[in-house]
Amino acid sequence: MPETKIGPAFTSRPVSLVRRLTNSFATFAAVGAVVLVLAPLFAIFAYLVYMGIGSINLAFLTQTPKPVGETGGGMANAIGGTCLILAIASSFGVPIGIGAGIYLAEYGRNRFGDLIRFTADVLNGVPSIVIGIVAYAIVVLTQGHFSALAGGVALAMMMIPTISRTTEEMLLLVPNAVREAAYGLGVSRWRTTLSITLRTATSGVITGVMLAFARVAGETAPLLFTAFGNQYWNWNANQPTAALSLQIYTYAISPFDEWHRQAWAGSLILIILIVLSVTAVRVATSRGVLKGA
Amino acid sequence: MPGPQPVAKSEVAVGARADVPLLAHTGNSRVADEIFRYAMLACGLCVLALVGVIVYELATKSGLSWHAFGMKFFFRSEWDPVNEQFGALPFVYGTIVSSILALVLAVPLAIGVAVFVTEMSPVWLRGPLAFTTELLAAIPSVIYGLWAIFVLVPLLRVYVQPFLAKYFGWTGLFDGPPFGIGMLAAGVILAIMVVPIISSITREVMTAVPRQQREAVLALGATRWEMIRTGVLRNARAGIMGGIILGLGRALGETMAVTMVIGNRPEISRSLFAPGYTMASVIANEFSEATGDVYLSALVEVGLALFLVTIIVNVLAQLLVWSVTRGTPARGNA
Repeated sequence: MPETKIGPAFTSRPVSLVRRLTNSFATFAAVGAVVLVLAPLFAIFAYLVYMGIGSINLAFLTQTPKPVGETGGGMANAIGGTCLILAIASSFGVPIGIGAGIYLAEYGRNRFGDLIRFTADVLNGVPSIVIGIVAYAIVVLTQGHFSALAGGVALAMMMIPTISRTTEEMLLLVPNAVREAAYGLGVSRWRTTLSITLRTATSGVITGVMLAFARVAGETAPLLFTAFGNQYWNWNANQPTAALSLQIYTYAISPFDEWHRQAWAGSLILIILIVLSVTAVRVATSRGVLKGA
Repeated sequence: MPGPQPVAKSEVAVGARADVPLLAHTGNSRVADEIFRYAMLACGLCVLALVGVIVYELATKSGLSWHAFGMKFFFRSEWDPVNEQFGALPFVYGTIVSSILALVLAVPLAIGVAVFVTEMSPVWLRGPLAFTTELLAAIPSVIYGLWAIFVLVPLLRVYVQPFLAKYFGWTGLFDGPPFGIGMLAAGVILAIMVVPIISSITREVMTAVPRQQREAVLALGATRWEMIRTGVLRNARAGIMGGIILGLGRALGETMAVTMVIGNRPEISRSLFAPGYTMASVIANEFSEATGDVYLSALVEVGLALFLVTIIVNVLAQLLVWSVTRGTPARGNA
């Protein structure tokens, strides 16, 4: 900030020692806070890589878990399960979320829109475990058993508020002149919204979707009694399914060293999957057909 | 933002039907417009419906427990699935204590980070710093838990807890054997998890304070810290409070990391070294194994209470943040 020098220059007396010391102390404290906050971040990443990298091998990525006591085995089914659950969640959550965002941006500049906006912001803060109970009540109780579908519904419920709010923000960034140009050419309103406004905001909207996706990808609590977990491969949406986060949890609280090792490896894979999917989409949107803005 | 390119595309689309006069289309597109409008409205209504469904399911599914224990449910500390006697007091206590502990640790750090990033840091460092703190929020809760079990808990057991017991043991807060696992560990891991939330909101509201405020205070001869304190923090305090409450909401509902380190014992103990239990953890641990309708219903009631508390906390936080930042972001061009 350039202003720093303005203050003292105009005072007739030099700034008193106490005030200068307080100022230095405040700067020092703020720097200290930054260091204290960043330390755990680096510690977590360092540990993840250090503990995880040695345990990731072909078996880990291709095999299902071995029974207690046997070494080896892997989390292949959990990786697949996470992908299945996320696919289900996205197929519900993304269209509804984007639709709600379009409503808020294009039609919702009124009190009713404010109500939805406020509800979405509040929904964002609902504990994920509560969402899990609701998905259990809606899907698991109706079906009579745990399923990947129930897990997907739970995660979709968490994606909708986030996606709708970011989509709205991105659509509002599109200049009105662009909409007016389309109307001026006789394009209908829905066509304008879908092929002009939404298209222009595509890359922003996708970033919002990916943020929501990354947020739910590691969720564990809502899957505990919806997807439930599974020792074997499962691609049926109506059956209990393993998930990476569930597997990490089970292994982490177990008393076996071999399982702890695999929990670290699973965590590293989970982080890598999240980062990979987010970057892949970012790369895809920065060029080629998906390019919007 | 290059708008012209897509516009040119739609011109082609319209031009394709050039044999029909353009303006004649209004009748058709009005129907399509209305359909589209209602479809989008339906998506918007989904958001409202979601809250409705959550409230309805939690209320109906917890009825059994509500009828059996009434309001006393939250003031009894008995949790006995075998005899179907349920009271949520230890969980309420554990949730409140671990969250408050987290805030005590996190708030000064989060505000320190926000102050550094917005007011002190060189410009080139701002982006990376903000991004890195935000990254903390992207780590899944179960990974925090894993790290806490194998790194944080041993650290607390070997270094922090003996130190606290020796010098602050007289407070009674640090009694008993240092297990590592317990309320203290839960508070510390929660603090690490809520710092990014509080600091990103604090940063947002501090940026919303007009530049003239800072310049005016500096012109009166204030040092940088005095400028931050009187010119920025004081003006942004409602929003910062909102950020803190939002962090509280997150801490109250956080499940996995806490479940993994708090010890999961339904007891009320003054010492922070002792194991505890939170509302979210008891649901996570016992829900899928709950036998008996009353047991399940009692767990849902715990969930309902958790939901209501976080809703109240979040509404409060949202109103506070809106009161500061409203009007500042570029809004309202539609």
